[in-house]
Amino acid sequence: MLEIKNLHVDLEEEDKTILKGVNLTVEAGKVHAIMGPNGSGKSTLSYVLSGKDGYEVTGGSATLNGEDLLDMEPEERAAAGLFLAFQYPVEIPGVGNMTFLRTAMNAQRKARGEDELSAAEFLKLVREKAKTLKIDAEMLKRPVNVGFSGGEKKRNEILQMAMLEPKMCILDETDSGLDVDAMKLVAEGVNALRDAGRGFLVITHYQRLLDHIKPDVVHIMADGRIIKSGGPELAVEVENNGYADILAEVA
Amino acid sequence: MALPQTKEDVTEARLSTMQMPQGAGWANALRENALSRLRAVGLPDRRDEYWKYTRPDTLVQAQGPQAALFATQEEDELFGGVERLQIVFVDGVFDAEASDDLSGENVKIERLAEVCETDIHWAKDLYGVLETNGQTPVARPLATLNTAMATDGVMIHATGKVSKAIHLVYHHKSTSSDAILHHLIKLEEGADLTILESGPAAARFNKVMEVEIADNARFHHVRKQGRDHERVAVTHIFARLGRESAFKSFTLTANGVMTRNECVIELTGDDAVAHVAGAAVGDGDFHHDDTVFITHDAERCESRQVFKKVLRNGATGVFQGKILVKAGAQKTDGYQISQSLLLDGDSQFLAKPELEIYADDVICSHGSTSGAIDEEGLFYMRARGIPESTATDLLTLAFLAEAVQEVEDEGLREDINSRLSGWLERRRG
Repeated sequence: MLEIKNLHVDLEEEDKTILKGVNLTVEAGKVHAIMGPNGSGKSTLSYVLSGKDGYEVTGGSATLNGEDLLDMEPEERAAAGLFLAFQYPVEIPGVGNMTFLRTAMNAQRKARGEDELSAAEFLKLVREKAKTLKIDAEMLKRPVNVGFSGGEKKRNEILQMAMLEPKMCILDETDSGLDVDAMKLVAEGVNALRDAGRGFLVITHYQRLLDHIKPDVVHIMADGRIIKSGGPELAVEVENNGYADILAEVA
Repeated sequence: MALPQTKEDVTEARLSTMQMPQGAGWANALRENALSRLRAVGLPDRRDEYWKYTRPDTLVQAQGPQAALFATQEEDELFGGVERLQIVFVDGVFDAEASDDLSGENVKIERLAEVCETDIHWAKDLYGVLETNGQTPVARPLATLNTAMATDGVMIHATGKVSKAIHLVYHHKSTSSDAILHHLIKLEEGADLTILESGPAAARFNKVMEVEIADNARFHHVRKQGRDHERVAVTHIFARLGRESAFKSFTLTANGVMTRNECVIELTGDDAVAHVAGAAVGDGDFHHDDTVFITHDAERCESRQVFKKVLRNGATGVFQGKILVKAGAQKTDGYQISQSLLLDGDSQFLAKPELEIYADDVICSHGSTSGAIDEEGLFYMRARGIPESTATDLLTLAFLAEAVQEVEDEGLREDINSRLSGWLERRRG
């Protein structure tokens, strides 16, 4: 599904290397988690994969089902099936949540040569998905993320994911700023989307999200590289002992 | 004090190309009066503080510049969704054949030339009166020129709720037309009237609208200035509001190398409300100037100015807005915002917001900003699969939304939004 090989990335504005050779393969149907201390490059990886400006790829590759992601515009990556749940979902005053979502869905369908959804079909679908995420009609009517609480913003991300049905989902610290109940709700939303054809990459600081979204593989990232990979027990080890032991072990 | 020679020369050169309408009955004296007022101040030039950001050259020169014609069909279709009575002007001349029958319930519509022959007429007490009031503290000589020389216009007298909107359609069919229209609108107590305006009007257009709004009356105004890019226009709205009355005006301007829209409002009755808003979009040598002066002279009045501009490829936007709160105008609520979205580094926005307050219990706020498209928002939308151009359009419409929102009627609002979308689409080719 997602294949990252020896990826090197610099910050464009500063002379600074963030990713120093990332190798990672996420198979369809699997959930991979990336943990790591602050500044290790986790969020940069998610931004580079989704096509944000400001980063320069100096080496390596990233493909989604064999297609070169790094050569595509952000919207093309989305249409190809990549989805990033933002750590900080952006507020867009003046653009209604529904308009935004419907424009996005139909743009992706159009890019893939599929028929656009009618207003009625869209409405039926969004109401159904919103209900399971406890997103009420009022929230759907408001401008995108404007005035939403932290939990509402993250639920809105998951709603978008559920509607867009991507092949490869990257969740960037989706647990940050969530209380236990909100985290459960978000995790349920994610778990409902798990299936054999879909891959997940969950970026998090804490193991607690992984109690709810059970990963198949856990990677530890430090200083722009993946330094250790293992099963779910690796996340428990981090939770108990911090990163120091692992960092020392690798060094 | 004598006028500077250059100013006098420019003014006389302009006057030499025109003739005051003859046989204008009672209006003769008012026109003569305006002419002498004009000669006392002279036409504006760029040394005038009030014209610091906008060069008046094309508006004042003896012969106006030529302006190519654009397809005008669109102007007819505009506002098609509302019940309306159309009054058509072609290059500033009333076209009876193209216009609807000028009669409606609770409203009387006449032409300027006709009413001047009627000795007893309400228009006699309004023609040039609000324009004259609007000359202090800042002179507006192009409006005075209009009062002196206007060749046509409609007198609209509303005595109750007028069910149909009155749509003034301004066609432009001659590349060298130079039109001067002067409209008078009087709303009696409790009346409710909607005026729509659309079209480029002429190669050069000078329009004045004087609006007298009595107690408890409501005036709505929605205008779309025509797309003929080479046309130049100066327009003035002078409005006086009575107790608990309302004035709501919105203007959409797409294209135009020179547009100066002045709006001068006096709140003279307690609890009156005046909203004036504008959305302007243009590129290249587009120049758009919104100049607003609102005087609060009564208690508990509310005024609101919302102006948004989208500028591309070197376009220029200007905003001069003033709220004057006189002593005694307590509990005034004044709001003013002017913002521009600069879609590239070449465009510029010049703003001069002013507050002058002589009462001690008021709320007044003003803000002015210019900025580029929100990159974070743009990336967020693209990451969801929305192409960059569509995302930029959505963000642009969102930027304009606060101004468009000032149009109360939903159908009209949608009409305006679809015009804006069309403009954005055409820009993408």
